[in-house]
Amino acid sequence: MDQFVQQIINGISLGSIYALIALGYTMVYGIIKLINFAHCDVYMLGAYIGYFCMTILHLDVIPSLLIAMMLCTVVGVLIEKIAYKPLRNATRIAVLITAIGVSLFLEYGTMYFVSAQVRTFPPRIVKSMSAGIKLGNINVTYMQLMIVGVTVLLMVLLQFTVKKTRIGKAMRAVSLDVDAAELMGINVDTTISFTFALGSALAGAAGVLVGLYYNSINPLMGMLPGLKAFVAAVFGGIGIIPGAMIGGYFIGMVETFVSGYGYSMYRDAVVFAILILILIIKPAGLLGRNVREKV
Amino acid sequence: MSKGFNKKAFIKTLALLLAFSVVQLLIRFNIISYYYQDILARVCINIILAVSLNLITGFTGQFSLGHAGFMSIGAYTCALIIERVPTVYGFIAGVILGALLAAFAGFLVGLPTLRLKGDYLAIATLGLSEIIRILFINLDSITNGAAGLYLQRRFVNWFWLYLFTVSTVVLISNFVRSSHGRACISIREDEIAAEAVGINTTKYKVIAFMIGSFFAGVAGAVYASYNYFIEPNLFNFSKSIDILVVVVLGGLGSISGSIMAATVLELISSFLQSVAAIRMVLYAVLLILIMLFRPGGLMGSRELSVAMLTELRKKAIAWLKAMPARAVHAVRSIAKGSGKPGDKSAGKGRVDG
Repeated sequence: MDQFVQQIINGISLGSIYALIALGYTMVYGIIKLINFAHCDVYMLGAYIGYFCMTILHLDVIPSLLIAMMLCTVVGVLIEKIAYKPLRNATRIAVLITAIGVSLFLEYGTMYFVSAQVRTFPPRIVKSMSAGIKLGNINVTYMQLMIVGVTVLLMVLLQFTVKKTRIGKAMRAVSLDVDAAELMGINVDTTISFTFALGSALAGAAGVLVGLYYNSINPLMGMLPGLKAFVAAVFGGIGIIPGAMIGGYFIGMVETFVSGYGYSMYRDAVVFAILILILIIKPAGLLGRNVREKV
Repeated sequence: MSKGFNKKAFIKTLALLLAFSVVQLLIRFNIISYYYQDILARVCINIILAVSLNLITGFTGQFSLGHAGFMSIGAYTCALIIERVPTVYGFIAGVILGALLAAFAGFLVGLPTLRLKGDYLAIATLGLSEIIRILFINLDSITNGAAGLYLQRRFVNWFWLYLFTVSTVVLISNFVRSSHGRACISIREDEIAAEAVGINTTKYKVIAFMIGSFFAGVAGAVYASYNYFIEPNLFNFSKSIDILVVVVLGGLGSISGSIMAATVLELISSFLQSVAAIRMVLYAVLLILIMLFRPGGLMGSRELSVAMLTELRKKAIAWLKAMPARAVHAVRSIAKGSGKPGDKSAGKGRVDG
């Protein structure tokens, strides 16, 4: 029983991170129908920015987190402006290949500048974070509490932005129908850039949190979590914000339980198997509605 | 008419045989060094991979990110058979069985997932190739897990490389020109319209997928025997991307484009071997630039042909002929540009006067 509760706690903290990344995927997909492969590399950049803030500038966790989020926002918007905007009217396959190109560029560009070596965070921060509260045999670290806390806070902020603000309304309108939104006087380009900014900020935060959680970062660290977060987004119904949160927590739980009960070598395979099952059984995802294709 | 066709085919066969013998002789007399033989082998394997992926992605328009997965099935089948039957016959059996198993995997994968469109299919194929890789890592007793398999002998030589490469190219280009191939192209152009004119789109998608995986299996088998060593991580996501880069660069739907791109990229990467990180950055920039400026790839969906070459020649000659005139024009415009202020002041002077 204790182990079960412990696994649930671990699953929730891992799931929070997946949910944060998945939100970026799902918002971008909802608005321009693009799998932003570069998203997982923005997350990697976030981890590196956090790392350099803590080692070179000797900042604490929260300021590093904020700086990483801000810089990632800039990176995300730049990617959108330089690589995706000129392709607004291109075929989807062309945009998808561009996204893969941007992703490779960020990964290997980073590798060129900071080398491929795995880095670990400064011990003083890791130590303070890995301490925790003991409830019987169950251990909750401050790190896990912070991950869940930051995630929930960011999700609440995101929901507020999307539901209550003017720009959030514009986002929803553009994702429903780009042409109609434009006719209503919404600046589509600004809205898309804003979506990228939001998603990238969340990815940056996730990057710092993951870097601290696993205490190891490298230039290719984004690939696998990125794919899994995408699976989470598809699971919940891509383009739907609450769907991404549910999907993220679900994938996090599944992964923790599969590896917690001795099949850790198969945990990635299980996640991809879930993806394929979902795509075959209910391609629109858990919360999605099936949309008929019109000629 | 038929006589003319035969003549053409005859010349083509002759040219192919000649190309083979020339290289064979050059290798025999050690004029091509071992280093260049290695590049040649890698080029051949890349051509098989790129042309087979082009059938799926370029001609049929189904975006697959899992080509390395099918390649790994061919590679492991062949390696396991060679381990038990270390003869040329074992190698041939390995290639055939590997290709068939890869095609079967393509069938299994294709049937359910090909109902998905575009990005979803890409992600599903990516997931499947990752599952295949993880299975190969975990089936320790058969595949020796992440440590990989070592082969004692190499059976692949220039003869086999050339045979497999040429047959892949010939079979796939003939398939594309057949009525089945036309059906595949129609799916790429407009799936709904293709369905409306009575094409069984699922069937043709599965066929294209199976043929593509078949030849990916061939490439994998040849690679395994050539390389002495295979491990699951050789066939990861990056490998699929590598193949995709070749197809995209050459042109989605152009077999000759794929062949040229496979050759050029392999040459580039051999020269950049020492700086692998730069190579990938270069690949990435190349991908982005091509998509921004030529979304159809360098060749688009055109094939390299005599007609195209003559047209290019004409254009080049016209361009060269116009060169002196353009140069004169350029010089004049520069001269005019520098003379302008003077002219103006002269004009002003006249008005004043």
